[in-house]
Amino acid sequence: MLYPDTVESEVLVHKPWFVATLFVLVFAVFLAFDLTGTSMGELMRPVIGAPAESGFYGRFAIGLVIAVLFCLNIVLIGFASLRVQVTIVWFELLLLFLAFFTTFNLSLPFIAEKLPFMITQGLFTTIYVSAISIAIASIIAILGAVAKLSTNGFAYAIASFYTSFFRGLPLLMQVYLIYLGLPQLGFIIDAVPAGILALSLCYGAYMTEIFRSGIQSIDRGQWEASRSIGFGFGLTMRKIILPQALPVIIPPTGNQFISMLKDSSLVSVIGVWELMFLARTLGQKTFQHMEMLISAAMLYWVVSICLELIQSRIERHYARSKVR
Amino acid sequence: MSEKIIDVRNVSKWYGAFRVLTDVNLTVEKGERIVICGPSGSGKSTLIRCFNRLEAHQQGDIVVNGITLHDRMRDVAEVRKNVGMVFQHFNLFPHMTVLMNCMVGPMWIKGVPEAEARKTALKFLERVRIPEQANKYPVQLSGGQQQRVAIARSLCMQPAVMLFDEPTSALDPEMVSEVLETMTSLAREGMTMVCVTHEMAFARAVADRVIFMNAGQIIEQGKPDDFFGNPQHERTKLFLSQILKH
Ligand SMILES: Nc1ncnc2c1ncn2[C@@H]1O[C@H](COP(=O)(O)OP(=O)(O)O)[C@@H](O)[C@H]1O
Ligand SMILES: [Mg+2]
Repeated sequence: MLYPDTVESEVLVHKPWFVATLFVLVFAVFLAFDLTGTSMGELMRPVIGAPAESGFYGRFAIGLVIAVLFCLNIVLIGFASLRVQVTIVWFELLLLFLAFFTTFNLSLPFIAEKLPFMITQGLFTTIYVSAISIAIASIIAILGAVAKLSTNGFAYAIASFYTSFFRGLPLLMQVYLIYLGLPQLGFIIDAVPAGILALSLCYGAYMTEIFRSGIQSIDRGQWEASRSIGFGFGLTMRKIILPQALPVIIPPTGNQFISMLKDSSLVSVIGVWELMFLARTLGQKTFQHMEMLISAAMLYWVVSICLELIQSRIERHYARSKVR
Repeated sequence: MSEKIIDVRNVSKWYGAFRVLTDVNLTVEKGERIVICGPSGSGKSTLIRCFNRLEAHQQGDIVVNGITLHDRMRDVAEVRKNVGMVFQHFNLFPHMTVLMNCMVGPMWIKGVPEAEARKTALKFLERVRIPEQANKYPVQLSGGQQQRVAIARSLCMQPAVMLFDEPTSALDPEMVSEVLETMTSLAREGMTMVCVTHEMAFARAVADRVIFMNAGQIIEQGKPDDFFGNPQHERTKLFLSQILKH
């Protein structure tokens, strides 16, 4: 939360000038677009007659209705409590989004037919590739962060070379390099392990930096207190420093989780049957690309939302020792 | 017969080319209470941090509780578990309750069972007179209470000597006395203590010896009465006049 000042101010959406401006803007936009040919026009048939022949009058009436509804909606939401506001706005945006998708005339039976396979094969593969990669990346990140903060020249050099290299190359290129490059050295590697390796190494590099800055954010005094009690390096790190660094580390790491989930789509280029791969191939035969792409998009989104929820739970858990 | 807890012989220390400590000699005997004072930057913190090897010295010998501190030490923990340290900024572990702050040392270092560690912790929290705060987190406590918890945390390790580095400098004035009272009662019970502090009333009441440091050297030491009543060195006189003016 931003700092909530105690000065009362009138809600923006209840200021006449603001509502009037919005009204004019929305009205103008919908005058510019001709909606008489859409389902909106059908809805307005009792008022404007046959939509196709209504001409400017139709557009005017539709624009007016939308602008009035819009402003009314905003003013009313302004009265609700924060929680209710958030819920309503989310819900309305979602509805708009669905309305947008319906304009594609998607074949729902086709989606229903392919969806189970997309989930059991595609989504499953996506999730397990991401989960394994993120686990490995976290381990790399802790080791990398310690190495980068150490006074050991070798450790520092290796860690900084690693982060520089893997943050500096496009992930797509890393996927190719590992899948096509390692066999040159005699390691024949399957597509899935190659994908996992590429994702782990790349995200490990980013997360090394996240962990390093998290560890560095902890006051020196914590190290001194811990060491002066007699705790060794490992104990100090595991029990004193990392638990305190976690609240700093978790938000950007949550970001990385979500981003990893979607970047795992890059391993589709080496033929792993994950969500993106299926989305591109399943609709090919019947030219129903849009159906599959949108279904996959929704699946990605749903899983991301789950991750967001998990992240906020964890953040709340660690907020305990911060509150007064 | 007296027993040396800390024995410092001809110790020097450098930060790069800058000499922080110059030929320091000091012995602390069992049960002795020592106050170290001196102007800011004179090396007081550095000196007592050498006693538990938070800092390394480059020349001379430091023997703590019979163990010689040197560069190739394998087990610094052996020394540290016998030396309690209280910091200016408390440095409590903010992610643990007050009780856990006091329990982790004995549990993780000495392998004391949890139930027993809890009992010891409560005993010492009682002794610093805040047993009722045991289940709170450090941020929920006032500065004075936090510092008393920090003292209890050190005491739970049953150290042979307690080091205090300006324990009251970060406190609001009205909280200074509660911490000093705790330290005084500790002294009465015979704890060996080395305190860096500018609380001269405390030094007068409690110290067996007051040591004055300037520019990395001990330039004067003596019993509190002599030290305050009849300082020898010009630098000491100047320092005392500045401190006592307030
Ligand atoms: N890590 C360090 N690196 C370089 N110089 C330091 C460091 N720590 C302390 N010093 C210097 O050493 C001198 C003594 O510091 P310190 O022992 O903290 O003094 P005091 O506690 O008496 O105020 C100061 O001049 C300080 O600037
Ligand atoms: Mg100091």
